Amino acid sequence: MSNEIADKVKKIVVEHLGVEESQVKPDASFIDDLGADSLDTVELVMAFEEAFSVEIPEDAAEKIATVNDAIEYITKQKAA
Amino acid sequence: MSGSGTDRKRVVVTGIGVVSPLAVGAELTWKRLINSQSGIGPITQFDASDLPARIAGEVPAGPTEEGGLTLSDWVPVKEQKKMDRFIHLGLAAGIQAVEDSGWKPESEEDRCATGVMIGSGIGGLKTIYDNSLAVAAGKARRLSPFFIPSSLINLTAGHLSIRYGFKGPNHAVVTACASGTHAIGDASRLIQHGDAKVMVAGGAESAICELGIAGFCSARALSTSFNDSPTTASRPWDRQRDGFVMGEGAGVVVLEEYEHAKRRGAKIYGEVVGYGLSGDAYHITAPAENHEGAFRAMQAALKDARVSPAEIGYVNAHGTSTMADDLELGAVERLFGDAAAGTSMSSTKSAIGHLLGAAGAVEAIFCLQAMRDGILPPTLNLDEPSSESAMDRIPHKAKEQQVDVALSNSFGFGGTNASLVLKRFRG
Repeated sequence: MSNEIADKVKKIVVEHLGVEESQVKPDASFIDDLGADSLDTVELVMAFEEAFSVEIPEDAAEKIATVNDAIEYITKQKAA
Repeated sequence: MSGSGTDRKRVVVTGIGVVSPLAVGAELTWKRLINSQSGIGPITQFDASDLPARIAGEVPAGPTEEGGLTLSDWVPVKEQKKMDRFIHLGLAAGIQAVEDSGWKPESEEDRCATGVMIGSGIGGLKTIYDNSLAVAAGKARRLSPFFIPSSLINLTAGHLSIRYGFKGPNHAVVTACASGTHAIGDASRLIQHGDAKVMVAGGAESAICELGIAGFCSARALSTSFNDSPTTASRPWDRQRDGFVMGEGAGVVVLEEYEHAKRRGAKIYGEVVGYGLSGDAYHITAPAENHEGAFRAMQAALKDARVSPAEIGYVNAHGTSTMADDLELGAVERLFGDAAAGTSMSSTKSAIGHLLGAAGAVEAIFCLQAMRDGILPPTLNLDEPSSESAMDRIPHKAKEQQVDVALSNSFGFGGTNASLVLKRFRG
C-alpha cells in the first residue's frame, strides 16, 4: 500500500512541477530542490487531496515540505 | 506633457512580434497578408454549432518554422497552466519583439529604464468561465491558486518583465478594441516624458470561447451570414457585410528613444510621430454621429505629429466589417478634404478578423512593414462598396506604393478612440 502511495505521490509531483522522475527523491524539498513556489505547493496539496480522497488542513499542509512528508502524511491518513 | 517644443524625444520602433490567425511570426504574417490569404475558418476551440456565429480567426497550431503555434517553444510546459491563452499569445509576440530588437539590458540602470505595457480588451475570459463552472459544481475550495493570475490583463506585462528582468514601468491598457493602439501611444509618451528609454508595448487577446462568441453574438456584433464561406465573412465597406469576425492573437513592438537606439546601432523599423485620443460621450457600443470622436482622435494625432493630411499615404482603418465602416470613411474624408484622393486606406481585419485588444498593435506593425517594403495590404472581399470614395481602399490585392507616413485607427466600446501616426525611418 505505502509503495503504491509513494509511486502516486511521485507521479503527481512530476506532473505538477514539470521535473524528472529521478529528481523526485524522498528527501527532496518542493521549494528548495524541485523549483516550486508557494502557489505551486498549494496546487500540489490540492492534487494530493483529490488523488487520495483525503482532507489536508492548512496547518498540516504547511508542514509538508518534502516528498517524504507527503507520503508519510497520506499513508497515516489512509491507515486511520 | 509630451512636449511641443523642438526638444521632444523621438521614439522609434526597434523590434516587432506578431501572433495572428495568418501565422505566428511578424514576417510570415505580413507575407501571407500581402498575398491576399485569409486566416478565417470554422471555430475549433469549442463546439459552436448552437451559436449564430461559428467562424473566427484562430491562431493556427503547428510547427514554429511553418508559422504555427507550438506553445512549448515560447512558454515552458510547467508554466503554461498558470496563464490563460491570451497571455500565451502575448508572450509569443513579446518574445519575438524583444529578440528582434536585440535589446538585452545587463546593468541595473538599463533594466530599470526598460518597461512593458501590454494591454488586452477582455483578458482571461475562458479561464474565468472554466473556474465559474467549478464554483457552480460546488468546488469553490478547489480552484487553482493560479486562477486569478491566469486571468488578469496586466499579467502578460508581468510575465514578460519577469522573463527578461525589465524593471521599468509595468502597465497594461484596457480600452476594449483600442487597447493595442493606446498601449503603443501611451508607452511612447512614457519614453518622451523620460520614464523609460525602452518600452515593450502592444496588445494580446484570445476570446474565442463560448462566453466570448455568445456574448458578442448577443450584442449583435458578429457576422452570421457567412458560416459556410468563412474567408468571405470579413468584408469591410462591402455592401454585404453583416458584422465583424472575431480573431485572436497579439502584436508587440519594442519602442525606444531614438538616441538610445542609435547608440547601440539598433535596426529601426520606423518612428512613432503622433498619437491622438478622444472619447465619444455618446453610447456604449455605437459610434457617435458621423464618428466625430474618431475624427477628433485622428485630428489630434496629426497635430501631435505635425503632419498634414496630404502627407499621409496610407490609413489602416479600424474597419471592422460593420455598419460603422462608412462612418469611419466619412470621418477620414472630412479630415483629409481634397487630400483624400491621394491617400489609400485598407482594413486588414478583412484577412485576420478583429483581434480586439490586440488589433491596434498588429495593425501598427502592418503600417511599419508597409512603409518598409513599399507595399500596401489589401481589403479582402470588398466586391461592391456600400458608399463611394475618392480614396483607394485597395480591394482584393495588395499594391506597390512607397509611403512615408501612415495613420492607424482603433475605436472601442464605451466610445474610446485612438490614432497613431507612424513614419518611415530614414537615418
